[in-house]
Amino acid sequence: MITKKQYVTIKGTREGLTLYLDDSCSFDDLLEELDRTLSQDDLDEEQMITLTVQLGNRYLHNDQEETLRALIRKKNKMVVQNIESNVILKQQALELKEESDVRTITKTVRSGQVVEVKGDLLLIGDVNPGATVKATGNVFIMGNLRGIAHAGYLGNKEAIIAASYMDPVQLRIAGLYSRSPDYNSDGVYLECGYVDDSGKIVIDRLQAVARKRPQLNAFERSVING
Amino acid sequence: MAEAIVITSGKGGVGKTTTTANLGTALALMNKKVCLMDTDIGLRNLDVVMGLENRIIYDIIDVTKGRCKLKQALIRDKRFDYLFLLPAAQTSDKNDLTPEAMVEMITELKQEFDYILIDCPAGIEQGYKNAVAGAHKAIVVTTPEKSSVRDADRIIGLLEQENVEPPRLVINRIRNHMMKNGDMMSIDEIIQVLSIDLLGIIADDDEVIKASNNGEPVAFQPNTKASIAYRNISRRILGESVPLQSFDEDKSVLSKVKKFLGLRH
Repeated sequence: MITKKQYVTIKGTREGLTLYLDDSCSFDDLLEELDRTLSQDDLDEEQMITLTVQLGNRYLHNDQEETLRALIRKKNKMVVQNIESNVILKQQALELKEESDVRTITKTVRSGQVVEVKGDLLLIGDVNPGATVKATGNVFIMGNLRGIAHAGYLGNKEAIIAASYMDPVQLRIAGLYSRSPDYNSDGVYLECGYVDDSGKIVIDRLQAVARKRPQLNAFERSVING
Repeated sequence: MAEAIVITSGKGGVGKTTTTANLGTALALMNKKVCLMDTDIGLRNLDVVMGLENRIIYDIIDVTKGRCKLKQALIRDKRFDYLFLLPAAQTSDKNDLTPEAMVEMITELKQEFDYILIDCPAGIEQGYKNAVAGAHKAIVVTTPEKSSVRDADRIIGLLEQENVEPPRLVINRIRNHMMKNGDMMSIDEIIQVLSIDLLGIIADDDEVIKASNNGEPVAFQPNTKASIAYRNISRRILGESVPLQSFDEDKSVLSKVKKFLGLRH
């Protein structure tokens, strides 16, 4: 008799239990064995057990993930905390790439115009008063920033705004706003705006970025974060 | 090859109509065949500035509605044989004119004229769209005020999407003493923001208002500051290179006497 390979392995870690699920068998086989394994175990724990599911190189679409969660939920005192997989869809990968890409645009952004990009924006040209530039990542302007710049507009507070000449009407990072003073003021050269520890947008010398945002150097930052 | 130039600004009251009238006059002075088109339907006043109001029989809407031929609507200027005005309608509104009709009329006018100057209404709606439709060059007029520079910037952005050459800038109503004190935006500041070529600068001159109230464009006068400025601009339109006028006013008695005697311009 051929000994059947075990599809489901359970390991305990500090954070709770981790279920390692085989990635070469069919999904139905996997569910069947998982059902059996979880039913066998006599778990007399008082506490709720949080589970992390490791899928290996298997990709689950939403329906399958729901089925898996439902199966585990049926067992008492088990909660799926996280489902992890080594693989993502090509589409998601492209989106991730898009978000970590630097988009280079060369033009003068004029009053009434809006430039919106996914990922970082590198604008070679000016942002005039009344114009807006937006990026899901950082905003770098090689030129005069006199309008509105919005970095991390989908909620990334780590994003920064840097410009050769900063005289903005408003700086926005994620959901935070800061505006220019009400008195007439000259702009500043080679500065950057970022969110400091107190949760406010501050403007500092460009050299400060290296200290405040070392992760800007990390090439794969959004893959890791994502 | 005839040139169709639209004169626009976004903001109202910066001097589009005055500029159109004066550039037309200055070009006519240089023996060019010029047609001025007023596209400010419902609020026409190019005819008033040119002093031709009493000659209007047909207007631009009559042409597009087929009530008259294009040539019948053209009004010959009282001073020049080859300066014509196509007046706007006063009783219709901007939606009665279409970009297609404008293109058609300008194509026809190009057979006859060297320059077609199109006076654009304020705003960025239908009237603006009509005015730029048939043009392939553009002049943006601004004054040294933040609001008007902002609107000029907006218009330049919109013109980039049209089929026209990069627009050139005319800065109107410059008050030298205010600019010197820093109370007004300087020419450099304006150019830095708008980053387009400067075609000319015109001083704020009482003569301009006086002249347009008399229906005589100021460019017709021999040596006021504004008329020289307008003539310089039209020379630049013709491709000559003319240095910018200096605004340093010489207030000495001697220079005033000289000016009075016509020794200086």
